[in-house]
Amino acid sequence: MSTSPDNFDWDFAGAASARRSHPGAYDWPDAGGHFGPYGGMFVPETLMHPLEELRTAYERYMADPQFQAELDADLQDYVGRPSPLYHAERWSRELGGAQIFLKREDLNHTGAHKVNNTIGQALLARRMGKTRIIAETGAGQHGVASATVAARLGLECVVYMGEVDIARQEANVYRMRLLGARVVSVTSGSRTLKDALNEAMRDWVTNIDNTFYIIGTVAGPHPYPAMVRDFQAVIGREARAQMLARSGRLPDALVACVGGGSNAIGLFYPFIGDEGVAIYGVEAAGDGLQTGRHAAPLCAGRPGVLHGNRTYLMEDNHGQIVETHSISAGLDYPGVGPEHAWLKDSGRARYDSVTDDEALRAFHHLTRTEGIIPALESSHALAYVHKLAPTMRKDQTIIVNLSGRGDKDMHTVASHDGLVL
Amino acid sequence: MSRIAARFEQLRERGRTALIPFVTAGDPSPAVTVPLMHAMVAAGVDLIELGVPFSDPIADGPVIQRATERALAQGVSLDDVLDMVRQFRERDTETPVILMGYLNPIEVMGYETFAVTAHAAGLDGALIVDVPPEEGHALVAMLKAQGLDLVYLLAPTSTEARIARIGEVASGFVYYVSVKGVTGAGNLDTAAVAEKVGLIKSLIRLPVGVGFGINNPETAASVAQVADAVIVGSAIVSRIEALAATPERIPEAVADFLTGLRQAIDEVDAHVA
Repeated sequence: MSTSPDNFDWDFAGAASARRSHPGAYDWPDAGGHFGPYGGMFVPETLMHPLEELRTAYERYMADPQFQAELDADLQDYVGRPSPLYHAERWSRELGGAQIFLKREDLNHTGAHKVNNTIGQALLARRMGKTRIIAETGAGQHGVASATVAARLGLECVVYMGEVDIARQEANVYRMRLLGARVVSVTSGSRTLKDALNEAMRDWVTNIDNTFYIIGTVAGPHPYPAMVRDFQAVIGREARAQMLARSGRLPDALVACVGGGSNAIGLFYPFIGDEGVAIYGVEAAGDGLQTGRHAAPLCAGRPGVLHGNRTYLMEDNHGQIVETHSISAGLDYPGVGPEHAWLKDSGRARYDSVTDDEALRAFHHLTRTEGIIPALESSHALAYVHKLAPTMRKDQTIIVNLSGRGDKDMHTVASHDGLVL
Repeated sequence: MSRIAARFEQLRERGRTALIPFVTAGDPSPAVTVPLMHAMVAAGVDLIELGVPFSDPIADGPVIQRATERALAQGVSLDDVLDMVRQFRERDTETPVILMGYLNPIEVMGYETFAVTAHAAGLDGALIVDVPPEEGHALVAMLKAQGLDLVYLLAPTSTEARIARIGEVASGFVYYVSVKGVTGAGNLDTAAVAEKVGLIKSLIRLPVGVGFGINNPETAASVAQVADAVIVGSAIVSRIEALAATPERIPEAVADFLTGLRQAIDEVDAHVA
């Protein structure tokens, strides 16, 4: 990495070795929201006190049995949890290696893992007396999940979405409008997810008194990366218990796609202390890392500061954030959650990438062998499993996060195959 | 004493409120910026804030976002901005200049390289919008080692404890953001600003500038009654935008606008004196 280590306030090497000497003592972030040298609170002063209020409320309600009971009831009866852990036997047999288990987040209400987090944050918003929620969205899944919980709780909802993403995710835009949300088209910058996030931050700073900003991934300033992780960690807690109940042992590997990284952290987090479990995050290589047209900051970027936290970014030599490319709108983001940056540097997780074409092949393959149509985002994780599973023994197991369903991607896949729906 | 501290000391002795313009460096083209800076000084400004273009300016409203995009389209980098400061210093060694921007371009340049280069160019300070006192201790130390002032924002949401904490790390002056919102926002509530500035002055010994939402002589005058400096950004940048096709007219048009603000502020100063 080209950023000079003296830029960091954190004693990186010292901290890492201290952590290694206490296995199982993973308790990031620190009080300031840092994961090693990553994370933190890099925001304008106007947001500092509101973020402090949010952190206080979040810590209070996470320790409040009544809040937890309400959250658990919603996850069960409204979202439909627990989501199944499905043994994809036919697909496993075809790949000829490890046994593959799909964590079926695609079966959640609204069709993806995003709702685990929006339910939690919306309940928090209500406890904090906020009457208006805002959200940014890329593929539209987080926007739909936010509009959904806003409708249910009777909260006003505004969703910021890049003009480019609106064009490629029409169905989700309509879904949000049906749910009563106002979808604002963002025309600045690259007109994608990062610009939607910029615009949502500007709204929040302007309407701070009555507005709760539901960030959809494990990025943004502290406490968002930790808070979103904690709401999504239900994925990994369930998967861990389901695998133990089924086979009496932990999985050998976990695989999840990483854009901002919330579905991945949700699966990984409860396993971080289980040293025998290999962890793989899969970024979007777009047209290929060598082309520069991709969205893989962990694989091909370097550390910097964007959207309130220090993390790996895609940027030019002057520190300007560059446009990203992925066939999957949900992975089309130039940053990544700071905890992933830390898991990468500390060596606990490995990050790799797959191209648009590899993801599409995996999309079709799973659809035809298991009768499950995955989201293009999740198809990146599946494509990596295509490479990983054959290298493992048949008595080994992989849990892959099927983070969302592919209904929203019909137009994208069809047009890639030369069809117009 | 830093050039900024010396300037505020002179102003205080003369009973004068500072007028501080903000322009985005390189907007609409790099050749405009240095002549514009000299024209603004001639129109009576006391310190210049130069915006460093960044691709993701989360604290800025549409006017400065568009200025940033115009500058980035010309490829204006942090190196280029520091070079503009160096050129400005060839003819003006008195007027303090600070950079206002976001951390990432500095992060990529490297803190030490930035601090050393900025000092050599004749820069006086920096306001890094997304670095609160909780972050960036290494950067602060590096800038202070080069004698650069660190200007911090204060906001309507800043608690007394935060104001006091910022007072401990800030130098030069502090910048009170008059409204909850982004640059160029309207609806500045003069009474609320007066109350908060009073609180800040009771907790911090540095001069207090007020900005965001000041776009005409009347508002500038009412802010001048309570603040040590009146900071104007989007109202200038929108005039630059209107003349982007005829950049040779920009310095004079901006100077005319600033002259009007200066006169309104001077009337307040004379009255107070």
